[in-house]
Amino acid sequence: MSKGILVWAEVTRENYLHPVTFELAGKAVELASKMDETPVIGLLCSKPNLIGEFKDAFKHNGFDKVVYVAEEKLEEYKTDLYAQAAIDAIKTIDPEIILMGATTQGRDLAPRISMSLHTGLTADCTALDINEDGKLAATRPTFGGQLMATILSKNSPQMATVRPKVFRPNYLDSEKDTIFIKHGVDLSNKNSSIEILDFKKKLCSDINDLDSADIIVAGGKGMQSKEGFDLLRQFADKLGGSVAASRTAVELGLAPQQCQVGQTGKTVTPKLYIACGISGALQHVVGMENSEKIIAINNDKDAPIFNVADYGFVGDVFDVIPQLINSL
Amino acid sequence: MNIILCIKQVPDTTDIKWTENNTIQREGLESVVNPYDVYALESALDLKSRYEDINISALTMGPSQAEKALRKVIALGADKGILLCDKKFAGADTYATAKTIAAAIKSKLQDYDLILCGQFAVDGDTAQTGPGIATFLDIPQVTYVKEIVEYTRGYVTVIRETDEGLEKIRVKLPAVICILKGEFETTRPTINGIIRAQKSKILKYGIDDIPLCPVETGLKGSPTYVSRAFRALKRDVNCKFIGDVKELVQVINSVRGKHE
Repeated sequence: MSKGILVWAEVTRENYLHPVTFELAGKAVELASKMDETPVIGLLCSKPNLIGEFKDAFKHNGFDKVVYVAEEKLEEYKTDLYAQAAIDAIKTIDPEIILMGATTQGRDLAPRISMSLHTGLTADCTALDINEDGKLAATRPTFGGQLMATILSKNSPQMATVRPKVFRPNYLDSEKDTIFIKHGVDLSNKNSSIEILDFKKKLCSDINDLDSADIIVAGGKGMQSKEGFDLLRQFADKLGGSVAASRTAVELGLAPQQCQVGQTGKTVTPKLYIACGISGALQHVVGMENSEKIIAINNDKDAPIFNVADYGFVGDVFDVIPQLINSL
Repeated sequence: MNIILCIKQVPDTTDIKWTENNTIQREGLESVVNPYDVYALESALDLKSRYEDINISALTMGPSQAEKALRKVIALGADKGILLCDKKFAGADTYATAKTIAAAIKSKLQDYDLILCGQFAVDGDTAQTGPGIATFLDIPQVTYVKEIVEYTRGYVTVIRETDEGLEKIRVKLPAVICILKGEFETTRPTINGIIRAQKSKILKYGIDDIPLCPVETGLKGSPTYVSRAFRALKRDVNCKFIGDVKELVQVINSVRGKHE
């Protein structure tokens, strides 16, 4: 029996399991079926007494085993303490593959783990597979999303991060017979080099919503100003949707970074994505092309966004959007 | 305070042309300093404007042409440039890159307080080299930093932007800080800066200058390799153009399942 596929169970600040954990578990079960009797193992590092709340979720998402480290010092996510706990547990588990969410936590922690274990890490993958040699083939966009690269690791464990919403969870109606094992790590003498002085939850409701929004109204350079984005906000409110932005809009300071969709931003899969004043650079398209329906509004009829849109409207956003707000 | 600013010369990904075989046409591809590294430079210059005795050394690993990127950031306000350049360094993944840069810092630039990196590079977008350097130097890291608020002896306080919100963090120096786009006005090179950049002597180090063996660097020292590269598939749709707003309203309503 091989040593397993490890899935990092990400605990959010509000002490729930990030949905990407289950999306990765769904994929891990599929990958495991292509390997030789490979267990899917969850690794949870958190403050004490959380594991109980998550047991059902682990059982219904196909985990064979969950290893958990429960320490007071893991109350809040701090890179150094989490890295120490995770690396210690991983050395004991000795998995062949490690999958983590490409969240801010995952992308902060994963390289710390991979570099410490002297192994390879492929970030922000959009596809994972097991090749004919039984190795993890991790595919990711590169060159601003224009080139896809399939990357393999010569060393073990083979590591990859995947963004939320790329895979779908595979919820089981029946409970799996998951084994829970406590892993002790002594952090008593270890103090973090960082101190979190303050935390402000995001005020901009767009942020958490983008992952789950059914409708997203996105703006690009064509929205011209922060006021342009206020207009989008009204449009989105009318539709009960969220606001997103292209990288250019974020770089111009029209919208906050957390609204950014695309290669260096979020990947979204709403029912409807309305791109307003977005030219459609590939690095943006990779973040939204799996939306069910895409509508593009742009004054340039040759804008590449129309190549990925189901419906196109050639016109001035400042003319069209107010009319839409009034008519919807 | 001595700051090491890690930069990367990247191809201008907004201007990619394809060959007939669907490979990227590299000839004539313009190189720029990775925009996130410029944001990191702006943070460093901001510190320099607020505190005394701030020194900024820009460091990059790359072919000899990468010297251009170093001169560019010197023109924008960095104090000096260091180029890690050797055929043995070529083809490095993030692991080998971080290891090489960390080895050079450890052996040649010991006297540092802060290492600044861009959060992402727009070509590879792995966001791994900064944390990798921190790991190999065994120092703390703070990623996704929007702003460096304060520098007090031995510590900096930063604002970190996570998926969930904004964390105000105090980190003990030396540390690696990875910078997102901040609120700064775009920095432009000054005449004096350009002159200084032309006159500056770029320090160069190769494999013989750092405490690593050739097999630990470059392609040989990289645990990952690209097994296949292919052009990203486009969404397979035919765009239906709509002529008037009324029809657009109908389309939006039908997609969202609302009928009048």
